[in-house]
Amino acid sequence: MKIRVKFTKEGDLKFIGHLDVMRFFQKVLRRAGVAICYSAGFSPHQIMSFSAPLSLGLTSEGEYMDIEVSESGSSAEMLAKLNAHTVDGIRVLSWRLLPDGADNAMAGFAAADYTVKFRPGYEPEDLAQFWTEFEAFCGQDEIMVEKQTKRSVKQINIRPLIYQLKISEGEVFMQVASGSTNHLKPEMVFQAFYDSKGEELSPFALMIHRLEMYTDLGDENERKLVSLQDVGTDIL
Amino acid sequence: MRKLALTDEQLLSIEKPARYLGNEVNAVVKDKDSVDIRFAICFPDVYEIGMSHLGIQILYEMFNRRQDTWCERVYSPWNDLDKLMREEHIPLFALESQDPVKNFDFLGITIQYEMCYTNILQVLDLAGIPLSAADRTEEDPIVIGGGPCVYNPEPIAEFFDLFYIGEGETSYDELLDIYKECKKQGKSRRAFLEAAAGVPGIYVPGFYEIKYNEDGTIDEMVAINDHAPATVRKVIALDLDHVPYPDKPIVPFMKVTQDRVVLEIQRGCIRGCRFCQAGMVYRPVRERNIDFLKEKAANMLKNSGQEEISLSSLSSSDYSHLADIVNFLIENKGTGVNISLPSLRIDAFSLDVMSKVQDVRKSSITFAPEAGTQRMRDTINKGLTEEVIMSGAAEAFRGGWNKVKLYFMLGLPTETEADMEGISHLANRMAAVYFDEVPKEKRNGRVQINVSTSFFIPKPFTPLQWAVMYTPEEYERRARVVSTAMKGELNHKSLRYAWHDADVTILEGVFARGDRKVAKGIRRAYEMGCLFDSWTENFDYQKWLKAFEEVGLDIDFYTMRERSLEEVFPWDFIDAGVTKNFLKREWNRAMEAKVSPNCRAQCQGCGAATFGGGVCFEN
Repeated sequence: MKIRVKFTKEGDLKFIGHLDVMRFFQKVLRRAGVAICYSAGFSPHQIMSFSAPLSLGLTSEGEYMDIEVSESGSSAEMLAKLNAHTVDGIRVLSWRLLPDGADNAMAGFAAADYTVKFRPGYEPEDLAQFWTEFEAFCGQDEIMVEKQTKRSVKQINIRPLIYQLKISEGEVFMQVASGSTNHLKPEMVFQAFYDSKGEELSPFALMIHRLEMYTDLGDENERKLVSLQDVGTDIL
Repeated sequence: MRKLALTDEQLLSIEKPARYLGNEVNAVVKDKDSVDIRFAICFPDVYEIGMSHLGIQILYEMFNRRQDTWCERVYSPWNDLDKLMREEHIPLFALESQDPVKNFDFLGITIQYEMCYTNILQVLDLAGIPLSAADRTEEDPIVIGGGPCVYNPEPIAEFFDLFYIGEGETSYDELLDIYKECKKQGKSRRAFLEAAAGVPGIYVPGFYEIKYNEDGTIDEMVAINDHAPATVRKVIALDLDHVPYPDKPIVPFMKVTQDRVVLEIQRGCIRGCRFCQAGMVYRPVRERNIDFLKEKAANMLKNSGQEEISLSSLSSSDYSHLADIVNFLIENKGTGVNISLPSLRIDAFSLDVMSKVQDVRKSSITFAPEAGTQRMRDTINKGLTEEVIMSGAAEAFRGGWNKVKLYFMLGLPTETEADMEGISHLANRMAAVYFDEVPKEKRNGRVQINVSTSFFIPKPFTPLQWAVMYTPEEYERRARVVSTAMKGELNHKSLRYAWHDADVTILEGVFARGDRKVAKGIRRAYEMGCLFDSWTENFDYQKWLKAFEEVGLDIDFYTMRERSLEEVFPWDFIDAGVTKNFLKREWNRAMEAKVSPNCRAQCQGCGAATFGGGVCFEN
């Protein structure tokens, strides 16, 4: 059976790379005695795949991995089991059974929610003014940025990739297109804004937190975003 | 929640920040206000290397079992963080609490190889602890050195308050109890060191003075404090089944060099190879009980979730219950767990086991003949004959292996051109064995014999401790003799040859048999920027030469000088169990190319029996 696991990556664990998170979970599953399935062959490995890796330094409460197990207790039991074997910073939030034929967490990934705020000490002088200008900038019809491709530098419009944007209490909430075709990182929007003002954005200025990841169950005409965990169902 | 010692910006500016976080699964966190002793245990190299070391894991377990003690880990900050810490005046911190090492009661440093000496100074320096023990105050931690290099601690004696000579499981409880009592009574650092000098295995270098002869050799070592014993006898754990051993090894987030749980099946080695320091100083051989090992193996795998378990010992094939433990692991390891079996003699049994735990097509088998001719092997007492090597190889080739690694040493005493070329010829004959044993239709690609040589370094407490070393040019010439011979072999297309750097060899030689005078060279090299010298990309031989020249140290004195059998060595004050008389006997037998039987075959009276246990009392 295919299981989708949602987890957090917060606190000090934001400095752990993606491969290390994978290795971490391989060991959590073994310690917790989960009946994880292994690939065939001389050096079997756990059947496990992750959705979009988080860059070093970012935090998240909406990370996903898909695994295959031969048996499972109830979702509540499995959560308790896993959380007994993890560390501060990584908490397992859901354990859900995927329907047959569901896209894996990476292939189905279409959008993500983030909050972005300034790291203390890096705030613009007039924060309120900054957010007003930022909102106006994002409200334009077109935001052109340069994108380095393998062969050349291309101009692309990132405005259509911003699905939602809300500013409140010193931070911005953004829902942006993600995944293999159109992938927008929140910092790209900030970079574009700073570029438009001719100012420099410090690489440490932003604290970016991922809230959720979605798959798109709609069609060309209308998006229908469903969180990756809602593709699966709790095991009772 | 604990606060990291480094800021987000600092951690994001350096490579692999996971090295500095602590908080790994099974790391021990205590309330610092509820313990009496804070012990920082340090492996002076980068995290990935230090975390791969079993000794630290054992000591970590042992210290943290004490309610009154919290032991935390410290490793060398890599070059990038080293620079940042100096620029921004960040003191070196321990991983668990992220507190400055300077605030600890003890800083214990394990010294596993000579080329980490500058890193010891880095650790002290970044911690804000004076480099010389003589300059430390009541505010500084007590700095302890341990590990194999302390069998000659003299080149680094100046930097340590005390050395622990022997196995950590033995005297630490007594030492910590004394410390706690001294602290409670408000006694001085000196009073503690005087009390510590009476603990078995403890050497307080500051309590001794060295008198030199005119030629620079040692006249005598004099105790200048009433509490200091004339000789310091190593301490060992006789019963390895009732000493601390981890049940819950720390699980690093990042990939470390030895990413597996380690099961130490025995200590010491019966073989008596004359070049091998470990084989001498870890005597007598002591085996661990099979039930103890089974329990530990199961616990460690379960509590770590690691996917590999490795047996550890100097010579696993000599462990009495090897088949038992290996079969137990194969049957009970669970899916996806690998077993790694280093230090196995290649024979029918080991090949059978290996074929069960490895992919034969991908893996290689390893032989360490150490020398190319029988005369040379007899000289170093490597009791391995060419017949045994070739029959092992034949068996492996028939079993489907076609990759072989061969390890040799060059620069051994009495070595001739014939011995050097013998390395090449042996490799060539091994390739021929493949062609003889494996019919054409069964061959799976070409046989590959990878030969690698390192240069022999005479080590204290070995029968070859009297040996003369050579110049870097001479070492390289010897390597070229092998290389040239190899090109002329019939099966040269199946042979590959790599050799180690000769410059590092010279320095290791100086440190291995150096005296207290060497310390100023190490300090000067450190000041000039030498660091992580065991990392080829960091090692700067010219800088070392310049440092030694500036402080007036003559390298040749330590490497090229002929030592008489009567010379007083810097390490003679240590009683490591093996007597100097035994070592002399063995040196003389080496010069006659005579083999000595191993401990189980016939006792050689080395002196280790005085410990009262182990293989010496098996019968």
